[in-house]
Amino acid sequence: MDAIRVRGLRKAYGETVAVAGVDLDVSHGEVFALLGPNGAGKTTTVEVLEGYRRRDQGEVSVLGVDPATAQGRRGTGDPVAKRWRERVGIVLQGTGEFDELTVGEVVRHFARFYPAADDPATVIERVGLAEKATARTHTLSGGQKRRLDVALGIIGRPDLLFLDEPTTGFDPEARREFWQLIRDLQAGGTTIVLTTHYLEEAEALADRVGVIAKGKLIAVDTPRSLGRRDSALATVSWRTAEGAWERTRSATPTAVVADLAARFSGEVPGLTVTRPTLEDIYLEMIGGAA
Amino acid sequence: MTTSVTPATERRAGALELGFAQGGLEVRQFLRSREQVMFTLAFPAIMILVFGSIFKGTIGEGVKFTQYFVTGMIGTGLMTAGFQALAIQIPMERDRGVLKRFLGTPMPKWVYFAGKVLMVAFIALLETVILLAVSSLLFGLKLPSTPEKWLTFLWVSLLGITACTLCGVAFSSVARTGRSAPAVVTPVALILQFISGVFFVFTSLPVWMQNVASLFPLKWLCQGLRSVFLPASFGAHEPGGSFNLPMVGLVLGLWCVLALALCLTTFKWTTKRDG
Repeated sequence: MDAIRVRGLRKAYGETVAVAGVDLDVSHGEVFALLGPNGAGKTTTVEVLEGYRRRDQGEVSVLGVDPATAQGRRGTGDPVAKRWRERVGIVLQGTGEFDELTVGEVVRHFARFYPAADDPATVIERVGLAEKATARTHTLSGGQKRRLDVALGIIGRPDLLFLDEPTTGFDPEARREFWQLIRDLQAGGTTIVLTTHYLEEAEALADRVGVIAKGKLIAVDTPRSLGRRDSALATVSWRTAEGAWERTRSATPTAVVADLAARFSGEVPGLTVTRPTLEDIYLEMIGGAA
Repeated sequence: MTTSVTPATERRAGALELGFAQGGLEVRQFLRSREQVMFTLAFPAIMILVFGSIFKGTIGEGVKFTQYFVTGMIGTGLMTAGFQALAIQIPMERDRGVLKRFLGTPMPKWVYFAGKVLMVAFIALLETVILLAVSSLLFGLKLPSTPEKWLTFLWVSLLGITACTLCGVAFSSVARTGRSAPAVVTPVALILQFISGVFFVFTSLPVWMQNVASLFPLKWLCQGLRSVFLPASFGAHEPGGSFNLPMVGLVLGLWCVLALALCLTTFKWTTKRDG
């Protein structure tokens, strides 16, 4: 059974249709990245899966439970909802900090909520906040606050982890460290659903990516073959003898390069051979759907 | 970010332990915000200093005005700690997503409220002790003389703070944003203080004003406290000719029930923006 199974999900706010029929499957242990412009229905979809938002129509199963169970008046007073919340970790955008408390106090407090919580000190170290463990959270930088969010998301050792734009405000080095953390979590068997605006992040981490536009999932594939990127034409560009740039698109770039090498009898000035990046493909898709 | 495998702490905090831990967290946050501590704890004491220095007279039978005014200040303190603080703080936490964060964890919902209740109880107790200490040291306040009066003091305060706390939680859903909360809550608290006999002798207020005040808990809380700090003979000066403690208990109790019902049915964990 899949970790997440969604069929025909619909959600409207008044006249505005946010999600217009989404089908989605995420397997256990998979890292799935959801891409899409702001307002495309990405957050609504994820918040339905997280048990924050009610849906209008459709079937949703997350770890075998309908997330709506967690939204009843009893909330986690319902044993099924409580057990489910214990298995799901959530890292939201812009959730409040506890300004006057220290990193250690907050993480230790949240550890109390879970039956098999990880060791707080270890988690703080894993997210790279060991030196800030005794600092009040209001003294943290934006990126450090985000790391604290991640720490609170994984302290309960979730089977499924939702990450909503987790690396916003990270410097490049912190982002690489974060990617390693995600790979470690995946190696430990955690299923991860990630939304991000960084295409290289999706490419580095995700087994599969899904693109949402105008409330619909318009493509789901591996980052390598999304939008038939792997078989897309390559662009060969070089500089002519006169110094002008020249470029051509070709299905057989090797032949083009061989031909150029012959023409220049050796080194081709400024030679590059590129395939479309994930970002190129993504922007094309979004443009097509808009 | 290093990786290491550690054994899970295979234990679940008991329900009570969780509630007290949440209370500890709230109290710690309160004590660490210096402005809040200063204003909440020192304000009633400063008011006593001001009023005690201005009104040095008596209100009859050799009873000092301070003896009357301290009851209003205790009542105000309880209302501020319970009603005003929560009705402002909860919308702010809702705006900042603190509530949403808790909602996404297995924490039972009541734990959040237990934390607030413990914080309010802590502040109210500290505030009242400071107030009584300042009043008796500087203005010769006479503390309750009999165990019966202390017992009345205890139950009136407890019931009053419970009603105020529940009202504060219920009222937290009125302000739609954290920023608008002080503007929505402060006038309500201020008007109640003026019409409920906090700053003036209640019976010197216009009758219609007394009647309006009688609908709300603060008037009854103060009346109950007057029965503790004023001589029994002063009961005759009350609107009904006595301190009417059963009525104090009844009205405060009804407010508890009403506010609890509102809390259970209208409490908002997320903002409108969050759906």
